[in-house]
Amino acid sequence: MPHLILFLWLVPSLPLLAAGWGALLKRQRRRLAAGLAIGAMALSWLLSCAAFFSTLRVRILRQSCNFTWFDLAHTTVQLGWMLDPLTAIMLMMVTFLALVIFIYSLGYMARDQNFTRFFCFMSLFGAGMLGLVIANSLLLLFICWELVGLSSYLLIGFWYEKPAAAAAAKKAFITTRIGDIALLLGMLWLYSRSGTLLFYNHGQGCLEQASLDRLVAGATMGGMALSTAISLLIFAGAVGKSGQVPLHVWLPDAMEGPTPVSALIHAATMVAAGVFLVARMYPLISAGPHPAALQVVTWVGAVTAVFAAAIAMAQNDIKRIIAYSTISQLGYMMMGLGVGGVAVGMFHLITHAFFKSLLFLGAGSVIHGCHGEQDIRKMGGLKQLMPWTFATYAAGMMALCGVPLFFSGFWSKDAILGAARDWPFSSAPFYLGVAGAFLTAFYMTRQVCWVFFGKPAEAQGAQAPAHESPAVMTIPLAILAVFAVLAGFLGTPAWPWFDSYLNGANARFTFAALFARPQLLLLLLSTLVVGIAFALGWRVYSRVAWQSPREADPLEKSLPPLFWLLQNKFFIDELYAATVIRLNTAFSLCADWLDRVVWAGAVRAVSGLTRALAQINRALDESGINAGFDLGCQGLRDTGSILSWMQNGRIQRYLRVLGLAICLGLLALIWGSA
Amino acid sequence: MMNPPLSHYLLLSALLFSIGFAGAVARRGAILVLIGIELMLNAANLNFIAFWRFGANPQALTGVMFVLFSIAIAAAEVAVGLALVIAIYRQRKTTRLDAMDSLKG
Repeated sequence: MPHLILFLWLVPSLPLLAAGWGALLKRQRRRLAAGLAIGAMALSWLLSCAAFFSTLRVRILRQSCNFTWFDLAHTTVQLGWMLDPLTAIMLMMVTFLALVIFIYSLGYMARDQNFTRFFCFMSLFGAGMLGLVIANSLLLLFICWELVGLSSYLLIGFWYEKPAAAAAAKKAFITTRIGDIALLLGMLWLYSRSGTLLFYNHGQGCLEQASLDRLVAGATMGGMALSTAISLLIFAGAVGKSGQVPLHVWLPDAMEGPTPVSALIHAATMVAAGVFLVARMYPLISAGPHPAALQVVTWVGAVTAVFAAAIAMAQNDIKRIIAYSTISQLGYMMMGLGVGGVAVGMFHLITHAFFKSLLFLGAGSVIHGCHGEQDIRKMGGLKQLMPWTFATYAAGMMALCGVPLFFSGFWSKDAILGAARDWPFSSAPFYLGVAGAFLTAFYMTRQVCWVFFGKPAEAQGAQAPAHESPAVMTIPLAILAVFAVLAGFLGTPAWPWFDSYLNGANARFTFAALFARPQLLLLLLSTLVVGIAFALGWRVYSRVAWQSPREADPLEKSLPPLFWLLQNKFFIDELYAATVIRLNTAFSLCADWLDRVVWAGAVRAVSGLTRALAQINRALDESGINAGFDLGCQGLRDTGSILSWMQNGRIQRYLRVLGLAICLGLLALIWGSA
Repeated sequence: MMNPPLSHYLLLSALLFSIGFAGAVARRGAILVLIGIELMLNAANLNFIAFWRFGANPQALTGVMFVLFSIAIAAAEVAVGLALVIAIYRQRKTTRLDAMDSLKG
């Protein structure tokens, strides 16, 4: 279907329409609101499927459709959308997950008063994310990026009557804004140097060879290539959105939102937007002989992967653990992009999207079943009470940890580690990645152990026994579990379909590649790491899980300072409070003082002067002008009263006067002529 | 039979005019005032006829034409005047002119 590209704009527009319509609905129209959101997303999904299959059959690597937004004197601002394998696979993933999660929300949000508003915001998010994916212009991408940020803010603060939720929404918005400013600067800089923000435009786009050559040749301060500087600014935007160190602080707090939101936005799609941005801008970031920006991407990713995984070990909130795990996995994706290119990072993005949304929805199901309890220390024994949730959660957990061969996370993480091992600059990212994998398996074991095994929840102090969630929630879980397992087979070393799909080649099945010596060693290594972590985790935590009431965390007992440090998230929030926020407060106080004293003084002086002038004016008016005017009026009144004597209304007197006048006139005539 | 001179006519007309004027000025009843005005008009008509008869060209009927018009106008004027008087009488139950000074300044 060659004309499909012309209709691709419908993919984000349908959810946008649903959001607009949903915003106008009354609160009681719950069915219609949900129907609109789900219907629009289903249509978008069908269109995305069509787009995806067209990229499979027609091997044109990239199609785009550009149009002029507006003209300014000599510049033309163009927007456009595009279809390439990267877009197609993201479209498939986003629409499919959004659809599944919308359906799940029917159950999870069933008793919420603001059900209608929820679906309106979710559709708005879908529109923004899909627009971001198909954008062929950094400007359009940025617009959708902000739209996504806005809907994220609205949804984190969905239960705004909770102060924590309102604060988390603000924190998320402001923290990502820091990255966005850098992105905006990078965008403006790119525009000033390349003259266009279109990615691909028949050789004139900013990601095409001619423009890249110019950017690489241009130098800026300290001998840094222009392309590197712009890439770093754009990457800063991705750092904010994807929760990389040091702007990761908002993501765990974002878990104050409803769980489907956490699953869709803060695990599977929106936070992946940063990774997608880096993948989209990859030609620019990797341009030149020494792509320094790419090394920054790698290091930030690697550090984040381990950093967040370490924090996750000491958290007790079921959603926060997965949130830190998300940060850590996003770090892996960035590292994958840095060391191995688009295909490696994006593959992990896709597999992660499935198993992480599965984990979040599973966690939501657990919370739903435990009547709002989120503390894993107070759960237990859910394996018997919630068998469906347990089975699917276990699949997601094993995919996240990278259990060998049958779970998707294994293959995608393996690809990243393989690329990191061959990275020419340093081997540290590889070791950081392996350490992160170990920590991931360890904390996930801890979580599953405490939530699903051990004595049931009542023994841990819960109010009512847990129950399994309704089918509208478990069926999406089952669907996601299937994908969490199967998605991995799209990119095994034996059949690297994903890699060749993105690069426009045909994948070949070579079973032997699996047994090539370096590959085999890597597979064995990750298997070993996961196995040891599982065994260790089980040994440490299973004993506590069966206790009632539970003792303190074994890690806390053996290594109190370390646990304390991890539980408090390395005190990053406190560090920011002590530095950035205090600086900001001081600055605000200073501005406040300026405002109150200096500017207000100036304003007061001006107003005083005006008032004085007005007083003088008034005195002049009252004594001078008014007096003269009053005098004139009095004269008129007097004259009038004299003249009114003549106008007495007696016609006969008029007649007499007339007669007298004629007589006098006659006499004058007679004497005059004589 | 001798024709009286022009001056007699003029004197008669002046007398008529003065009587009419005196009535119009002095009487209180609106209808009598109207009658006074009619007298004054007729004095003027008499003047027209007299000057025509003793004028340069008594063959042309100029004076009679004037007077005919004048009488027609006087009739119309009286019709209007009487209508006004009746209207005022209906409203105020009087025709005394000194009672009607609501247009005074």
